[in-house]
Amino acid sequence: MSSMKDSLAELFGRAPRRPHSDEISAEAKKLHALQKNDPDRIAAIHAELAHAATHKMPQKWRRRRWAVLIAVNLLFVVSYWLDIQLLEGALTGSRFIGFHMADLNSALQVTLAFKHMVLNLVIGTITVFIMWWLLGGRTFCSWVCPYHLVAEWAEMIHLWLVKKKLVKDHPLDRKARNWSWMIFAVLAIVTGYTVFETVSPTGIISRALIYGPGLAMVWVFLLLLFEIFYSRRAWCRYLCPIGLTYGLVGATSPFRINYHLESCFHEGECRKVCEVPHVLDTVIKGRATGLNASIGADCTRCGRCVETCPTDSLTFKFKGLGDLL
Amino acid sequence: MTKQKRVVSKRHQQQERRRFLRSAAMTAGLVAVSLLGYIPVVKGWVSRLRPPGALNEDRFLASCIKCGQCVQVCPVNAIKLMDLESGFGNGTPYIDARAQACDFSCDGLQCVLACPTGTLTHDLNFPADTRMGIARLDNPGKCLAMQGKGFKGQARGADYQGLLRYDEIDRWNPIRVSEHPYDLELCDLCVRQCPIEIRIAQCAEAEPVEGKIERVAQKQGNECPPIHAIALEKVDGVMMPVIKEGCVGCGVCEMICPPEPAAIVIDVHPDREERRA
Repeated sequence: MSSMKDSLAELFGRAPRRPHSDEISAEAKKLHALQKNDPDRIAAIHAELAHAATHKMPQKWRRRRWAVLIAVNLLFVVSYWLDIQLLEGALTGSRFIGFHMADLNSALQVTLAFKHMVLNLVIGTITVFIMWWLLGGRTFCSWVCPYHLVAEWAEMIHLWLVKKKLVKDHPLDRKARNWSWMIFAVLAIVTGYTVFETVSPTGIISRALIYGPGLAMVWVFLLLLFEIFYSRRAWCRYLCPIGLTYGLVGATSPFRINYHLESCFHEGECRKVCEVPHVLDTVIKGRATGLNASIGADCTRCGRCVETCPTDSLTFKFKGLGDLL
Repeated sequence: MTKQKRVVSKRHQQQERRRFLRSAAMTAGLVAVSLLGYIPVVKGWVSRLRPPGALNEDRFLASCIKCGQCVQVCPVNAIKLMDLESGFGNGTPYIDARAQACDFSCDGLQCVLACPTGTLTHDLNFPADTRMGIARLDNPGKCLAMQGKGFKGQARGADYQGLLRYDEIDRWNPIRVSEHPYDLELCDLCVRQCPIEIRIAQCAEAEPVEGKIERVAQKQGNECPPIHAIALEKVDGVMMPVIKEGCVGCGVCEMICPPEPAAIVIDVHPDREERRA
């Protein structure tokens, strides 16, 4: 239960904490001690690090994820352009072969502003709630959100500029996202308008793809410039209320990424590729409280840590079904 | 040792402070930018013709989820989405009647059926129940009928992209207005093409056929519009279009009116513009 509390606290922007000694199980303690001075293990780590230095990081899961993200967004576009009515509407609200779907944050904004929910919206919201609860974490963000994809590209530019020492990253407070969520919720109730939808880059890009781009894309472009020149991945990390909504929905999901302490070399390759590295603090040497740990609610299930880990210590897991991949 | 430690933590404190202030400024900036969306709404720049069944403007903006499903189902592509300059209206549907009016050629108010949030209310069953706007003779001086003129040719020129359904040509597929030239002794396009007037005429024609109902929808009596929407009448010795209580504000009259600018235009229905107190 304390892991769920920590998972939520980290989702709400608290820095990951170092567990107290009495929270760590006896087996985990034994392993932590063993890992410190096992010569075979240390030799294996050195061999692995040498291997990693000469080999490129695998990109399989990233390619899969980008393919899914592009496919979902293209399905909206193709469905409209070819009039095949497979996936009608946009990401904010749609119909998949006739079944209503509603983006949970958009549905929330509309409901708070309108103070009423018609049956179709209830159906769409419940359907999508169940879907993302099953997939867990912030799966929507990294697998579907079109802004996430362009932000990843902007991040690449940002990191390149940082490497060239042309720009400096300004890490900000992740608690800002709680504030933005709260403020936009209160604004919807008080003003009676879906204020957030006006500036939501997810909705704007989704509509731009389907119905053609407009002035609103300038706003998206400005956000990207902010991320490239000022603060890495600022929108997704510190501002987007959609991410927090999905993080909350997926917090209790049976599907998660599982960490096995026993096989871990603590090289930190996973944390280098992670979209939200704070969720992986448990892999730091001496942090894990048990032999297995579930990665927290802020995880976007992007799968990069899974493919990057040289010892397969991180795996997708569906509770009750064992390791999936 | 302790002294050095304190220096480090003070710097750390300062960094934390700066980080907090930057984060607060960023969040405040985002909220400020999003609230700029209020301006076009308050100034009324957003006031446009909305699709059939639209709630009054405030409730419309509150409930619309900005998905464009109404856009997708419209057979004549009458519905467009607003852009960022409309503020809170960003992503909400509107109709530019002069470019492409709603001619109800979907018959079943498809946009209303498509709306997932009840923004286009399901309270209306037939086109005649709609109250989007009201037609108004804005430029009487331009009206061809009032000048006693006829009209020959393509109503809006050869390059006009707009579509209308002409029942007698193709019941199921709207065609370009430019593909349907007219030859009229006295211009009555606004009356002739009015979807409500067309339906009234069809109902009247179908009535004498006893025991056999021509149109499926006609089994339900209220499918036939109860009141006229527009008629060409002699006023002070001049023939002119007179707008009646049955006008739904679909915009076909504004769309088809040949002169530039149009003699007849649509005003947003006053009921829709009622604002919260």
